[in-house]
Amino acid sequence: MAEVLLEMKSITKTFPGVKALDNVNLKVEKGEIHALVGENGAGKSTLMNVLSGIYPYGTYDGDIIYNGNVCQFHKIKDSESQGIVIIHQELALVPYMTIGENMFLGNERGKKYNIDWNLTYSEADKYLKMVGLSDSSKTLVKDIGTGKQQLVEIAKALAKHAKLLILDEPTSSLNETDSRALLDLMLEFKKNGMTMIIISHKLNEVAYVADKITIIRDGSTIETLDCKKDDISEDRIIKGMVAREMTDRFPKRKDVKIGETMMEVKNWTVYHPEFTERKVVDDVSINVKKGEVVGIYGLMGAGRTELAMSIFGRSYGIGITGELILNGVPVHLTSPKNAIAHKLAYVTEDRKGNGLVLSNSIKHNTSLANLDALSKNKVIDQDKEYEVAVEYVKKLRTKTPSVEQNVGNLSGGNQQKVLLAKWMFADPDVLILDEPTRGIDVGAKYEIYCIINDLAAAGKSVILISSELPEVLGMSDRIYIMNASKIVGEMPASEATQENIMACIVKSGRGE
Amino acid sequence: MKSTDLRSVLKKNMMTVVLVVVYIFFIAMTNGRIFTPENFNNLIAQNAYVFILGVGMLMCMLTGGNIDLSCGSFVCVLGAVAGLLSVENQINKTLVLNTPLTLLIVFGIGIIYGVVLGGMIAFLKIPPWIATLAGYLAFRGLGTELLTKASATSAITNFPPALLAIFSGTIFKTDSGVANIPCILLGAVAAVGVVIMNIITRKNKIAKGYEADPKWLLISKSIIEATVIMLVMVMLAFDGGIPVALIWVAVIMVIYGFVCGKTTIGRHFMTVGGNAETARLSGINNKLVMFGAYLNMAVLTVIASLLVTSRFQAANSSSGTNFEMDAISACIVGGVSAYGGAGTVMGMVIGATLIGVINLGMSLMGIDQNWQKVVKGVVLLAAVVFDILSKKGNKKQ
Repeated sequence: MAEVLLEMKSITKTFPGVKALDNVNLKVEKGEIHALVGENGAGKSTLMNVLSGIYPYGTYDGDIIYNGNVCQFHKIKDSESQGIVIIHQELALVPYMTIGENMFLGNERGKKYNIDWNLTYSEADKYLKMVGLSDSSKTLVKDIGTGKQQLVEIAKALAKHAKLLILDEPTSSLNETDSRALLDLMLEFKKNGMTMIIISHKLNEVAYVADKITIIRDGSTIETLDCKKDDISEDRIIKGMVAREMTDRFPKRKDVKIGETMMEVKNWTVYHPEFTERKVVDDVSINVKKGEVVGIYGLMGAGRTELAMSIFGRSYGIGITGELILNGVPVHLTSPKNAIAHKLAYVTEDRKGNGLVLSNSIKHNTSLANLDALSKNKVIDQDKEYEVAVEYVKKLRTKTPSVEQNVGNLSGGNQQKVLLAKWMFADPDVLILDEPTRGIDVGAKYEIYCIINDLAAAGKSVILISSELPEVLGMSDRIYIMNASKIVGEMPASEATQENIMACIVKSGRGE
Repeated sequence: MKSTDLRSVLKKNMMTVVLVVVYIFFIAMTNGRIFTPENFNNLIAQNAYVFILGVGMLMCMLTGGNIDLSCGSFVCVLGAVAGLLSVENQINKTLVLNTPLTLLIVFGIGIIYGVVLGGMIAFLKIPPWIATLAGYLAFRGLGTELLTKASATSAITNFPPALLAIFSGTIFKTDSGVANIPCILLGAVAAVGVVIMNIITRKNKIAKGYEADPKWLLISKSIIEATVIMLVMVMLAFDGGIPVALIWVAVIMVIYGFVCGKTTIGRHFMTVGGNAETARLSGINNKLVMFGAYLNMAVLTVIASLLVTSRFQAANSSSGTNFEMDAISACIVGGVSAYGGAGTVMGMVIGATLIGVINLGMSLMGIDQNWQKVVKGVVLLAAVVFDILSKKGNKKQ
């Protein structure tokens, strides 16, 4: 039995109202590649944030034993000084700095008041060689592709003298070849004695590199599989990831009436606005009928939000091609205003960031997307506006002392209701709901589900984008599965199960 | 906490309370000299441009804390152009234009600058403070150059009386010390009008079952508003009558108060400043809003420039110096958010008046110019700190 490098013992981390981690145990041996798998929100990233000191010692319960010592990390620097380095999913490089500058950001060579640039670049080149990059360290980061940027991140971690390297979804933005090269590099490091933890959704990759696999579900560690002894087939892992009690969390819809096709999107392709050669939506065709709830399931970064926003008046992306047909008529929407006029609504994923104006009242937020209906010659009928806001507060049972209350003072669930009210008041035919229940409690979720059902019953077409599988399964009439910018599967809800949806994603990840 | 108890009403109108306290302080310190008809008139005449530029700056700041640094220098250029066109001078000896043509051209220049500036900020996405810093520098140079070339004294005077009459002086003029009847009558009409408006608004709210102010608040609010209007007008009545500048200010404040408070245009400005992404995804044309803010600012700058030029009956190269800072200060002291999305015309008016009272009071007390600047700086900072602390306090509740 090899020496244990890291042991996390009964880690419990609670956020207000949510238990994100519940008695999690993790044991990593020296020189192994340990994989963490689980659904979005299962608690993988939280666990790694506890380990790296992003959530400082004292904000969680349990012990971290590293190299035989109990550790109390108060900030990232503390864990990094011990050789624990985390590489986040989102690349954190500054585009307009050179590779060398990025690599030693916050870890500068030379003296504090006098950076030694010669040393910086010569060391940077040395680490770049270790990760197999031949580019000069004086190249600007914006000039290299994402595959190489990921390698720079790793080189940056090596420069911090990493002994335990944590890679959070390292291949999520890479193509097949780059991914494979990265995984091989990990195996190479292993030979040199490096210990690594990899978080990944791509089970084939996990099976390729990992020695042990720990499965996390709903904030608890379910099991740890040893790749040499146990069965690590994808089916086996998926079962561990998703098996759970499906109780009555979703309201049933009575007499579902599904009408004609309301909206159809054909061969929709969208490019990234900055990395203009990257396709974020690739040849997607979907449709939604009157009175139907269509789920789009996909992991984060699959291109779901990009698809929705590009449909909604081209509010995201460039080089958009494809056909959009509303009620049988092809339309070309040029702006959100235009989209709203064509009776489309997009309820954004990030209600605080781009859904609501937090410093404004419920009243002003409710009327925002359809102010014209409340005004004559641009003069707002403020009495009517008040009435509308009150009506929606009652209808959606938003908990608030008055409609003059600032939205920023409401709880997440009530904010979500105001956001829904805003778009319901815009009187759309098609509602695209992007993660409508993210970060809200179970009770509020149920109420949101009821609202969705009511909308469908009223003949609206609803597209429900979610990364929560049970939600998609519980709410949809039909499900699209999206992965890596493409629609990789479509099935009626009656045929869909957690297992075969995950299987769709895994299959597409392998390029089958 | 109920929104209609005395404490919260006072808290909501904190700046008004501060204004009253400061005013009483200066009455005491100047032996009542600040409370004379002449100084009432001075207060309005000296600060007319602050209100006009302040309301333009308010619209810019609403869109996200954006400012216009160029308006002060632009005031100088516009004054110079007005002088060059309407008064015989060393550059323009032959083609002296009449007042309507002069105004047409000056407003035309304002609109052209507004379009260019708004275009650069809204469509080319040049940060507003950089785009307007260019104007701040260039217009000061241009204005000075034009005036130096036009006159040996670097100032154009002898503006045509027709032009001066539109932007300065008093209407229904009487001798100082004599009660001016039209002025008092207008004051009475305005005061009664405001009270009736208050009563009707409250009645409507009650009739429709909305939350309305309690009776005591309605009565005290009406009394205070009517008293202030009457006080100002009676004071002015004893110093010659209604200043033309006051009419300009009052009309523009009423128009912009309405636009900001009651129309979709005002709401769009607030929303863009409150959350630009939300605004965009709610179908608001953010670029058009930014464009409008700066076009509007340039047009208001024309009016401010003509008011100032007419008041001094001269265009000179130092005219408009620091006007942009006065306008920004008025907004900040008046509770306009430096980050955008919040602020009212009434707040800005109170802020501008407060700064004006402090200026006038200190001058009457004979305080040194340099110390006046120190005090103004401290007041500005105190207003912002107060604003942030009170917001923090609200959150804790």
